[in-house]
Amino acid sequence: MKQRLLYALVPVLLLFGITVGQASDRFIIVASTTSTQNSGLYEYMLPIFSKQTGIQVRVVAVGTGQAIKNARNCDADVLFVHHKPSEEKFVADGFGVKRYDVMYNDFVIIGFKNDPAGIKGMKDATAALQKIAAAKSPFASRGDNSGTHKKELSLWRAAGVDAPKASGTWYRETGSGMGATLNTASAMNAYTLSDRATWLNFKNKGDLAIVVEGDKRLFNQYGITLVNPAKCPKVKVADGQKFVDWVLSPQGQQVINDYKIGGQQAFFATASMRARR
Amino acid sequence: MHDLSTAFVTAFQLILSLDANLLEIVGLSLRISLTAVLLAALVALPLGAAVALFRFPGRTVLVAVLNSLMGLPPVVVGLLVYLLLSRAGPLGELGLLFTPTAMVIAQTILVAPIIAALTRQTVADLNEEYAEQLGSLNVGPGRAIWTLLWEGRFSLLTAVLAGFGRASAEVGAVIIVGGNINHVTRVMTTTIALETSKGDLALALGLGIILLLLVLGINSTALAVQNTARRLYG
Repeated sequence: MKQRLLYALVPVLLLFGITVGQASDRFIIVASTTSTQNSGLYEYMLPIFSKQTGIQVRVVAVGTGQAIKNARNCDADVLFVHHKPSEEKFVADGFGVKRYDVMYNDFVIIGFKNDPAGIKGMKDATAALQKIAAAKSPFASRGDNSGTHKKELSLWRAAGVDAPKASGTWYRETGSGMGATLNTASAMNAYTLSDRATWLNFKNKGDLAIVVEGDKRLFNQYGITLVNPAKCPKVKVADGQKFVDWVLSPQGQQVINDYKIGGQQAFFATASMRARR
Repeated sequence: MHDLSTAFVTAFQLILSLDANLLEIVGLSLRISLTAVLLAALVALPLGAAVALFRFPGRTVLVAVLNSLMGLPPVVVGLLVYLLLSRAGPLGELGLLFTPTAMVIAQTILVAPIIAALTRQTVADLNEEYAEQLGSLNVGPGRAIWTLLWEGRFSLLTAVLAGFGRASAEVGAVIIVGGNINHVTRVMTTTIALETSKGDLALALGLGIILLLLVLGINSTALAVQNTARRLYG
């Protein structure tokens, strides 16, 4: 009987050995957002960094709210998200060393082709939202405390509409990522707010199209922050800093500018502009 | 409809091309789920048998709890394991969060109650047949558990396969504790979730078809082994 048990243990140990063995490479963990992951930027950018430095970058892509929560639990070395007020609070609370602007793109309002609220081509995002609310046209909200969700809420506030109060009627909170929300919008003919990169890379566009773009308030800024070793002693400071420095370096910024989806530039690097000033 | 037909084409193209990324993901999925099921079985088979065979205070409650735990929501298990393994959590020192090992732990917790509960029922039924015989031979508790597990091995295989089905199909737990990191913790189900969120529904469904074929393959192998063994030793 003992022998049998031993034999049973062998494959378990083998499997476990392989499984655990993988985790011992040199790597950092970056808490980031679904929008950057769904855009495909990381698959383009990270191999270049890893090849130069030998540091593997493991991206855990969730909503900005959850990414910050993960970093507060010390479960990341670097935070790379897109909601400046939350990021600044993260640093002010002592969890981040310093926040840097990295790149921007913009949000766009996506809508169904027949455009029931009649907002197609509008340049004023808040006026467009007011028309959606007045027409009670379905609007799919992320509803997940992500950077995009926070942006959307601030736009509703600016429009003077208490949209969340209408939750469950024309205002529908999906509580999921950008892609899943676009799928939902596509299925229920709803309007939604998306970052441009996710939209460009999204395959299930169906009858959806950009209806409103170009408003200054739709600006979408991404920032990078090294998690503070004073709060999180296990943070890989040296390798994490290397990644932050590389992303902000002329080369890293060039790589970001070079990334294109279907011939369109997805993100616009901003750190080198800052350096030049 | 278009996506449905494209999905089948995509699935077979992926299989035929032996795409390196796909092989990596499939390999990791199998390694994690099989490890979890083996670990769970090591604990759950004797545990289930013990609960079936011995009378002790609180036994009925334990049975009810075991049966209920079969319905553990994966996302809750994921959250629990996340909080345990987080650097801010009690086991943070181990540095296991966002590794395949964390995914094995989560799936083991998910699967163990299923195997234990099904084992308990199987062994309890068998015990009605064997109780007298075991009593007259005056065997010890360990020996009794082993004998009944061995006698019930064919039915218990189904319990283990049910556990494997659960492990290979769930996404809620592994996406939280694994983080769906490319080339590190990305498995079949998290890839399907990711491709769905990219709106590539045909690719997502294609991967789903491959996952089903894999599970079918494993179940068929297990059944074949069972039948052969039954013919030789049954």
